[in-house]
Amino acid sequence: MQSFLDIFDIYLLEAVINGILLGGVLALLALGLNLIFGVIDVTWICYAELVMIGMYGMYYLVQYYGLPYWAAAPLVILLVALLGGALHFFVIAPLLTAPPINQLLATGGVLFILQSFATVAFGIDFRNLGIRLPVLALGEMNFSYARLLSFAAALLGMIGVYLFLTRTFTGTAIRAIAQDRQIMPLMGVDPKRIYLVTSAIGGGLAGLAACLLVLQYDVHPFVGLSFGPITFLICVLGGLGNFIGGFIAAFVFAEIISLGGLFSDLEWGYVLAFAFFIVMMFIRPAGLLARRS
Amino acid sequence: MLELKSIDAGYGSFQALFDVSLDVKAGEAVGVIGPNGAGKTTLMRVISGLIRPIRGTIAMEGTDVIATPPHRIVSLGIAHVPENRRLFPRLTVADNLKMGAYMPGARAHYAERLDFVFELFPRMKERQQQMAGTMSGGEQQMCAIGRALMSNPKLLLLDEPSAGLAPVVVQQVFELVKRIRASGLTVLIVEQNVQQVLRVVDRAYLLEAGSIRAAGSAAELAASDTIKQAYLGV
Repeated sequence: MQSFLDIFDIYLLEAVINGILLGGVLALLALGLNLIFGVIDVTWICYAELVMIGMYGMYYLVQYYGLPYWAAAPLVILLVALLGGALHFFVIAPLLTAPPINQLLATGGVLFILQSFATVAFGIDFRNLGIRLPVLALGEMNFSYARLLSFAAALLGMIGVYLFLTRTFTGTAIRAIAQDRQIMPLMGVDPKRIYLVTSAIGGGLAGLAACLLVLQYDVHPFVGLSFGPITFLICVLGGLGNFIGGFIAAFVFAEIISLGGLFSDLEWGYVLAFAFFIVMMFIRPAGLLARRS
Repeated sequence: MLELKSIDAGYGSFQALFDVSLDVKAGEAVGVIGPNGAGKTTLMRVISGLIRPIRGTIAMEGTDVIATPPHRIVSLGIAHVPENRRLFPRLTVADNLKMGAYMPGARAHYAERLDFVFELFPRMKERQQQMAGTMSGGEQQMCAIGRALMSNPKLLLLDEPSAGLAPVVVQQVFELVKRIRASGLTVLIVEQNVQQVLRVVDRAYLLEAGSIRAAGSAAELAASDTIKQAYLGV
């Protein structure tokens, strides 16, 4: 045991655990995007910008209106869920039968609209909640409570979605509609309603992610760029629309970033993650868990 | 119970049905027979609202079916078992059956309907947790019929239930249709397997090239020379 501990660097362990904690939030982001893609067959390029709006929501509710964090969070989740529903209703629904490139361009347009809106409305200052959570010291290792809390909340959020999808009639319809869209009316299902509910859940997950990320990062109009691309890579690596693949890929990426950051700078962690992605696209172009045909 | 009057229907500029009128009375089993491409599946889709007719009227117990949104038609008591079964292959048998009971009126009776379906198909009870797509063709057909029965329908539409099944299984499926009828359901069944279907229905229509060419009791049609020559091979 002692010899094992000798070779097992305490900093390595710390990095591995921090990687797992990061993976939880990334998995939550990936689940929201995968849900939208798997069910509605569109990609919300502006997904991370919904998170950005949610982070501003938290900032204003907590800093400006003086709400406690735990009261502001449900409001923000609801707000971004409504935003997700609105995005579907006003942008996606009219383009449902349009070529995929048009849908991509439309949600890409929403990305710039939201960024510009945030710049005009909130300015380009970096803002934070002003909440500083303590750090948990475990032997020589340090873990921030913000990360531990985020991980636990992300996990609970994902379990909630899982239970909803497997236990309820609406959840079962959400899983069914991706497998056969045409016959849904024969089941008494209105596909329009299912798409709207799915979009609201996707938005709600972005809202939950916003509540968690705002504990660790400052919010500014371009904050979406720091986790939007990585979320897309995770979804593609896991296989777009594949929930379990996305979950696993989130932790793979998080470990690469965290361990890469241990041996060098954090930026190199991201470089490694992106390089890994490119290599994987050659080896398994359809994703980690692609069904072999 | 169900009444179609002068239905014209098709896809885009292609017309598949021409002036089709038929009726199904409560408690009856009615067949629609005809060759491939005669418009039989189109007829089923028009009734369940998957496609809208160009002209004509459809009434289910006096309610205008065409004016009803497609996802509400199942609430009128019409359940459609589509061609090729169309189960959700990567959902379990239990989840497929659950989808059949989706509409609010059926959800309330979910547990009793499930018991009813499991009693009719004990095999489905054993296979509850299996992915529907991994079952044999005959089992999938049972699951598809079971899914339709979950909505507690008055009228069951069966589109080619024997398609793609082994002869022994075809026999079983038609036995099932008899049992479903005996349980009080009205059945409208579309089939290419003329010989078999004429044994389970009371009346039948002959649909050719989108038009009704003949109608009568099963015995009359089975005895008619045109049908004997073209469909029964005697």
